[in-house]
Amino acid sequence: MSKRLERPDAQGRFGEFGGRFAPETLMPALAETERAFDEAWADPVFVDEFHRILREFVGRPTPLHAAPRLSEALGVNVLLKREDLAHTGAHKINNAIGQGLLAKRMGKTKVIAETGAGQHGVATATAAAYLGLECKVYMGAVDIERQALNVLRMEILGTEVVPVTSGAGTLKDAVSEAMRAWVTTVEDSHYIIGSVVGPHPFPYMVREFQKIIGDEILEQLNGNLPDVAVACVGGGSNAMGMFFPLAESGIELVGVEAAGEGILTGRHGASITAGTPGVLHGTRTLMLQDADGQVQEAHSISAGLDYPGVGPEHAYFATTGLARYVAVDDESALEGVELLARTEGIIPALESAHAVIWVKQAAAELAGKTVLINVSGRGDKDVEQIGRFREERR
Amino acid sequence: MGRTAIRDMFARTKAEGRAAFLPFMTAGLPTPAESLSLFQAMADAGADGFEVGIPYTDPLMDGPVIQRGSDTAIRAGATLDVSVSILKSVAAATSKPTIAMTYVNPIFRRGVDRFCAELAGAGADALIVPDLPVDESQSLRIAAERHGLGVVLFVAPTSDAGRIEAVAAADPVFIYAVAEMGVTGERTDSGSHVEAIAERVRKVTDAPIVFGVGISNPEQAAAAGRVADGVIVGSALVRRALEADSADAACQSLATAVSAIAEALRT
Ligand SMILES: Cc1ncc(COP(=O)(O)O)c(C=O)c1O
Repeated sequence: MSKRLERPDAQGRFGEFGGRFAPETLMPALAETERAFDEAWADPVFVDEFHRILREFVGRPTPLHAAPRLSEALGVNVLLKREDLAHTGAHKINNAIGQGLLAKRMGKTKVIAETGAGQHGVATATAAAYLGLECKVYMGAVDIERQALNVLRMEILGTEVVPVTSGAGTLKDAVSEAMRAWVTTVEDSHYIIGSVVGPHPFPYMVREFQKIIGDEILEQLNGNLPDVAVACVGGGSNAMGMFFPLAESGIELVGVEAAGEGILTGRHGASITAGTPGVLHGTRTLMLQDADGQVQEAHSISAGLDYPGVGPEHAYFATTGLARYVAVDDESALEGVELLARTEGIIPALESAHAVIWVKQAAAELAGKTVLINVSGRGDKDVEQIGRFREERR
Repeated sequence: MGRTAIRDMFARTKAEGRAAFLPFMTAGLPTPAESLSLFQAMADAGADGFEVGIPYTDPLMDGPVIQRGSDTAIRAGATLDVSVSILKSVAAATSKPTIAMTYVNPIFRRGVDRFCAELAGAGADALIVPDLPVDESQSLRIAAERHGLGVVLFVAPTSDAGRIEAVAAADPVFIYAVAEMGVTGERTDSGSHVEAIAERVRKVTDAPIVFGVGISNPEQAAAAGRVADGVIVGSALVRRALEADSADAACQSLATAVSAIAEALRT
């Protein structure tokens, strides 16, 4: 059995994945960020401050509880980790607070971020307001439309939302544009990347800030480990935040990617299930690309999973068998929203609904087992879009 | 060929008391069939060599103009093979040094060694990869050397002495010095960093220095040219190629811009 890596190697590699494929202009900033993070993470004052804010402001620990009516409906003993109850409504705030604190420690006065679903944008806007940092968020024009509620939230929080019209106007393009913006502003700005993606040290650092999810789970379970732990995978931060502490404990880890309109249609976001090795946004990982190495557009009903790459540590987990990755499609995700809403009174984000519905799809295999689902976020942001889909189906 | 051709070009321009002018143009604009005519027009107008952009979907170091150039070229059919064949025709028709520019993913996808072999076979002399910092460049440098290609490495306003030394130690055919913080694009202000960067690089190495990024008009080119061995202008030229309503119009517009910059570098 392969081992998880406490940290990537000196070049930022998780096995053959990871690294630092970035323009020279950013290289000194990446090295500085790595140095600053290592120092901060070893400093009890910083770590205590991080945990204090997560406790007082974010409302952690988030609950972990049984889901009796869903369990009965599926014949599977389901547990839920409630990241949807974290302040701002998703796990993204853990990382935004961590990196916001780091930005301040590094003497930066401004932060920039990209966002897909808008959850990371809202989390960063919130952390920036809380910590007194200036904030700009890059968001694809298509996502601005489908996640309008979150755009307003960011604006109310005093953040400038910058529309990105290049490419398909979704998450990939927002990341590219945020990186370009960082190249220009690197001297006074920190880039709060929203998932376990990007050049080293981002995948490692974001995992460290999100590890709180799995650490809490282990404490809350008090030795009664589930058989399976499931999370949706866009860039992979909620999944890795849960997987890393649980890896090597005998729990089967399952990451659920977006199959979009179906893997065979080519319109999906399943970079592990259907991708090949390549370099996207500064890291070597599994990604969607054509024979020439041109990046392909991803597709998913959920903006947060609409990304043609995945964090390099997931590529490592996948190729070494530390976790298993599956994919579910748009229709199923919609079904997942209603399933959790009607059995447990929780409207999950469309992203999280992918994890929920996979448990139903795999119910035969999972019968009698205990399955922990990470409910990465709440669905308020998706309500309008879900309404439109229901309308269309009528 | 290769490294020698580029070093010979710098020796010649230096003997003329000026910096070399290396226009950047994306292969495949306005269409693959008409692409060579744009390079030919720039050669006739005083270019000393070319940076030939192999279009990529997600060019992280490029601003909106070159992004649009890449998208347009890809949509017009500039696949990797087509782009390399355009480069081949440019090298053959103009007999000027040609330097291929693309991002790391297409290179890895094809295979580093095969990519270098195909470029060398097309007559390219060197390769620029903006998202391949010196730290990650070893496999490419080995393959490039095997096929007689030079590798260009970057120095930015943020690079400290240690990084400049690492770049110099990797023995690039020339150093691409980034004149401005940020991605490619036209700027109104002129190279505030060029003198300081050139001085810092010269302290460490006598490799040729070429300035690019944010140089778009004759004044900026002249300022950079006074302290460097060469100057690259990209966005200002790609914009002209995109704005023109025919290949002929693009050639005329490019000839005007290139001769003005070439002239500025001579004075
Ligand atoms: C609620 C929720 N879950 C999951 C994701 C996907 O990101 P990651 O895979 O990094 O957890 C997002 C991204 O926006 C999200 O908002």
